[in-house]
Amino acid sequence: MGLLVLWELVAKLGSWPPYLFPDPIEVARSMWRMIADGRLATAAVRSMARLMEGYLISVAIGVPLGIFIARVSLIRASLKPVVMGLQALPSICWLPLAILWFGLSDAAILFVVVMGSLLAIAIAAEDGVNSIQPQLLLVAGTLGIRGPRFYGGVLVPAALPGIVTGLKLGWSFAWRALMAGELLFVSGGLGQLLTAGRELLDVAQVVAVMIAIIAIGTATDRFLFQSIELRVRRRWGLLPAT
Amino acid sequence: MLVPFTGRNGLAKIALTRVGHRYNNDIEALKNVNLDIHAGEFVCLLGPSGCGKSTLLYALAGHFPPSGGHISIDGKTVEGPSPERLLMFQEAALFPWLTVKQNLKFALRAKGVSRRESERQAREFIKLVHLEGFSDVLPHQLSGGMRMRVSLARALSMDPAVLLMDEPFAPLDAQTRAHMHQLLQSIWMRTRKTVVFVTHNVREALVLGDRVVVMASRPGRILRDLEVRLPRPRDPDDEALVAMSRQIRDELRRAELAGEPLPPSASETRELESKTDDATQAAGTASDLPVGAAGPVGARR
Repeated sequence: MGLLVLWELVAKLGSWPPYLFPDPIEVARSMWRMIADGRLATAAVRSMARLMEGYLISVAIGVPLGIFIARVSLIRASLKPVVMGLQALPSICWLPLAILWFGLSDAAILFVVVMGSLLAIAIAAEDGVNSIQPQLLLVAGTLGIRGPRFYGGVLVPAALPGIVTGLKLGWSFAWRALMAGELLFVSGGLGQLLTAGRELLDVAQVVAVMIAIIAIGTATDRFLFQSIELRVRRRWGLLPAT
Repeated sequence: MLVPFTGRNGLAKIALTRVGHRYNNDIEALKNVNLDIHAGEFVCLLGPSGCGKSTLLYALAGHFPPSGGHISIDGKTVEGPSPERLLMFQEAALFPWLTVKQNLKFALRAKGVSRRESERQAREFIKLVHLEGFSDVLPHQLSGGMRMRVSLARALSMDPAVLLMDEPFAPLDAQTRAHMHQLLQSIWMRTRKTVVFVTHNVREALVLGDRVVVMASRPGRILRDLEVRLPRPRDPDDEALVAMSRQIRDELRRAELAGEPLPPSASETRELESKTDDATQAAGTASDLPVGAAGPVGARR
């Protein structure tokens, strides 16, 4: 609340023209307009659908990849340096390559999203497997737990606290990569709504969309991932039980 | 009465022949270990840390092949871990995301027991270790002793041919440990499983074992193979048992001083002043244990 008052004051007293620095009332009005005519919802749904698609691909490849890097020395030796190296590359740097390969299409954005989150997920999954208590693997051996039952019943659950952290990290990386990708062409998502605001010199819309992006990102992180993470850590006995 | 073990008729269940092991750093963990263990025996491997008793147990479980000699169970050479020779650790090593009952059921299902049968057996073994009412509790909500009881229930439910225990009660407080000794004794008297139990606690070995195999270090080897003739259930404060533990501790100390395996005759003649060590204190604090039916020294059980 105090922040809003401060913002209002700065906007009113500052020497910037209102078309470059909107006051909160104007932003709220713009936000309301976008909600009322459904532009915001359409864009958000479009972005989320794209995000889900890319993210699920990342999870489906990243988690097994991380597990195999941790478990199979041949894969570790050959793939780990590659994964670690590519991880240093900001996801947006994949975009030129994506456009060359896929053109200005949904597939290009999807590719950027996948590349942005897959490696982080794989690295976290590998870490999760490596930090399993050796006792648990030993006891699984002595109890005769092998094969799919070992992977599904022991290895993945034992690594789950690490994997969930990776899923959370991967989600926020995917979200960033998506916004960067959507800025570049007529994509129909939130990113494009942002660009549209710039092109029309509608600074209130730009700020309103930024706020919407922050809100969506925070909400999924807080309400989805943090609660899952908390629940896993509590069940696994990594937090004091309430 | 403590008498040298002279062997038993019939085929040994577990046969260790000239087992030796050298780690990569060239430490000789085991040297020329020969040991026959028969079906239904409770054998304690006793010795100071570094005497190779755990190494021996892990080799027996099949977690690694010893660099020399031969280990067989029921006539078959040990190759790799198997639920037929189940190993229990110092930690309960329960799966933390599964409840007590789920932990048992998961192991039973992996063994191929049907869903309904595993439910029934899980209940039965939870009852055996007196944890009814804790079936749906997660491991981290239990005390250390209770976790160990779950671990014991899980191990027994697998119905292994041989149960191998690596100082499973060492991290517990003395009181809890005494309760575990009682529980394990009463379960063993009913089931007569073949058990190999590793410990560095002399009294623990005497309370639990039919045979106490005393080991010495550098290189890890068997010093004495003794038969414990005391009625069960045994009381750690029983006079005869205390006298035996003093005798064994003296021998261990002599072996340490000599640094050499002693000929059996020499150990009888020399007397050394006995000193209380941590093993006595640990077992001795459990003095409020209900006194068992301690019979005359030398009585057979």
